[in-house]
Amino acid sequence: MNVVAKTETGRALGDVFAVVRDRLPGKGKIADQRRQAFEAYERSGLPHRRIEDWKYTDLRALMREVLPLAPAPDAAVLSRAAAAVKLRAIDGVRRLVLVDGAFAPDLSDLGNPEKGLSIRPLREVLDAGDGALSEQAFASDISNPMIALNGAMATDGVVIDIANGTMLSQPLHIVHVASGTAPASMFTRSLLRLGRDTGVTLVESYLAAEGAKAYQTHDGLVVAIGDNARLDHVRLVEDAIDAFNISSATVTLGAHAHFNTFGLTSGGHVSRYQLTVTCAGEGSTVETNGVNLINGKQHADTTLFMDHAVPHCASREIFRAVVDDRAHSVFQGRIIVRPDAQKTDAKMMTRALLLSDDAEADNKPELEIFADDVTCGHGATTGALDESLLFYMRARGLPEKEAQALLIQAFVGEAIETIASDALREVAIATAQRWLEARA
Amino acid sequence: MSLLEVKDLQVRVEEREILHGLSLTVNPGQVHAIMGPNGSGKSTLSHVIAGKPGYEVTGGQILFRGEDLLEMEPNERAAKGVFLAFQYPVEIPGVTTWNFLHAALNAQRKARGEDEISSPAFLKKVREVAKSLNIPQDMLKRGVNVGFSGGEKKRNEILQMALFEPAVCILDEMDSGLDIDALRIAADGVNALRSPERAMVVITHYQRLLNYIVPDVVHVMSKGRVVKSGGKELALELEESGYAQFEDAA
Repeated sequence: MNVVAKTETGRALGDVFAVVRDRLPGKGKIADQRRQAFEAYERSGLPHRRIEDWKYTDLRALMREVLPLAPAPDAAVLSRAAAAVKLRAIDGVRRLVLVDGAFAPDLSDLGNPEKGLSIRPLREVLDAGDGALSEQAFASDISNPMIALNGAMATDGVVIDIANGTMLSQPLHIVHVASGTAPASMFTRSLLRLGRDTGVTLVESYLAAEGAKAYQTHDGLVVAIGDNARLDHVRLVEDAIDAFNISSATVTLGAHAHFNTFGLTSGGHVSRYQLTVTCAGEGSTVETNGVNLINGKQHADTTLFMDHAVPHCASREIFRAVVDDRAHSVFQGRIIVRPDAQKTDAKMMTRALLLSDDAEADNKPELEIFADDVTCGHGATTGALDESLLFYMRARGLPEKEAQALLIQAFVGEAIETIASDALREVAIATAQRWLEARA
Repeated sequence: MSLLEVKDLQVRVEEREILHGLSLTVNPGQVHAIMGPNGSGKSTLSHVIAGKPGYEVTGGQILFRGEDLLEMEPNERAAKGVFLAFQYPVEIPGVTTWNFLHAALNAQRKARGEDEISSPAFLKKVREVAKSLNIPQDMLKRGVNVGFSGGEKKRNEILQMALFEPAVCILDEMDSGLDIDALRIAADGVNALRSPERAMVVITHYQRLLNYIVPDVVHVMSKGRVVKSGGKELALELEESGYAQFEDAA
């Protein structure tokens, strides 16, 4: 494998790392972690189809190379980013904006934080040498090459801390904006810690400034949900049509905690979202739901790893893919129920709707059960729109595209319905609507 | 000008010819009944008029107010005023009846160059119609036909007919799967829609339905053709003697 890893690309990136590493925030232990992470990445290089987890998303073929780091945003870039943020603004949220991989305080709402809420840019935390926080942000699985690379290169992000007993009514909205003035990569890493008995809603959006050129977003999110805490999470990928988005989230739940996450991918040329959820405390529940709406030559991969490590936890996955033209949707869902995790209740259902003969959807559900007293199940279907339904609707006066749009809305509706917040459900519906309208 | 004119229609499904030169002329205000045994081509005729894919018209034509219907998409036909009440209305989970009817009505209006109807105005209209057909409001909030009984599905078809106000209504085996009470409610709904401008084509296997929806003209179909036409008494005659005599005639 070493031989394969030493491609031109790998070497070039190694040079990049050697040049930038001294300028990356975080000294001492963090610098060591970065170096180790980069070495871990270099050993494998960009993942390819001969690695089982990456079988359907061969980054060596799709991405070919990791672009150099984006320069720090200047005033012109920030103003273009501000316009993009405004276009997709969500009412009533506290906005935290990252532009080209750098926290943008002027575009963010940092004022008057509610009691118990602390928000700091990652760079500031690292520069301040806050050891515990930094280590938690960077303690991730470097056996995954893209997570390792993200850890090695991350320039900024947000670190959010929610003190025990704090229920935040205002959702937090992390907006990733790429200016795309030149082909470049952005590496961000964020940390969200929910203390005991807390509750918060986090929205993440991925956007591009108008006219953005090819860019690569590499994002990592680390989440720790304390006992009896609840996180509602909505993730919207609306990247530019020739962009790459390689992101991961690692979520750990304490006891009697709740995690509800919904992801919608409609943008980007190639995207991969790797979500690892670990139930580490008993009595927790997890709902991970998602929708891909893709066309053209888009490639969207959601890879989920649900780890039931302790007894009495429940997890539900509802995933829907709508794939048109020559697009390719991938859903890999692996559920592991460890030997101690008795009374686990885990279910996963993934369905794909193919709108063209050239569309492709790969569904790979996997269950690994090592406990004997559990309820687990999964299902996967792939099909086209039902012709008899389409005819009925057309016979009532709906043009074909409109009839299809109603059926597609119904198809993704079951996943979108799982969003707890009415306002955010509307945001997701509006995003899906935009996709359908662009299609008509 | 007649409303609907089917001339020497020949239709194939895959390699088999189902209709071998069928003709039918329907004028405004008339109710035509088409009767015939299973496999005589009754449902094929209704599908071809509505534009269902999968049928190949190899000869003849269908004119609606003199326009060539076969050149139009199913949705264009609907907007022009052709309505097919399905023998087996489909279930559409996840699309509420409200939403579906509103979208369909507006699509038809848009195609005719009329203004779209607003949600409040639509709600008022659909509520009135639903009430007259004894359709509970909560049915309208559910997915189209999802969990509806046979009778409810047929009433939903008639609701749509009342809402869209078509010029020609084709009722395909409206009586199938209905008990006598459900049949009466459905027939009352249809009768309320009879008017001097509107025509109906009632396709049925049994004479029973025609006790409730009394036709002006009765056609007997056999083996892909109309083999006999007459007044309403023809239906009664059929009830007595059966279809066997016509199978020979064809």
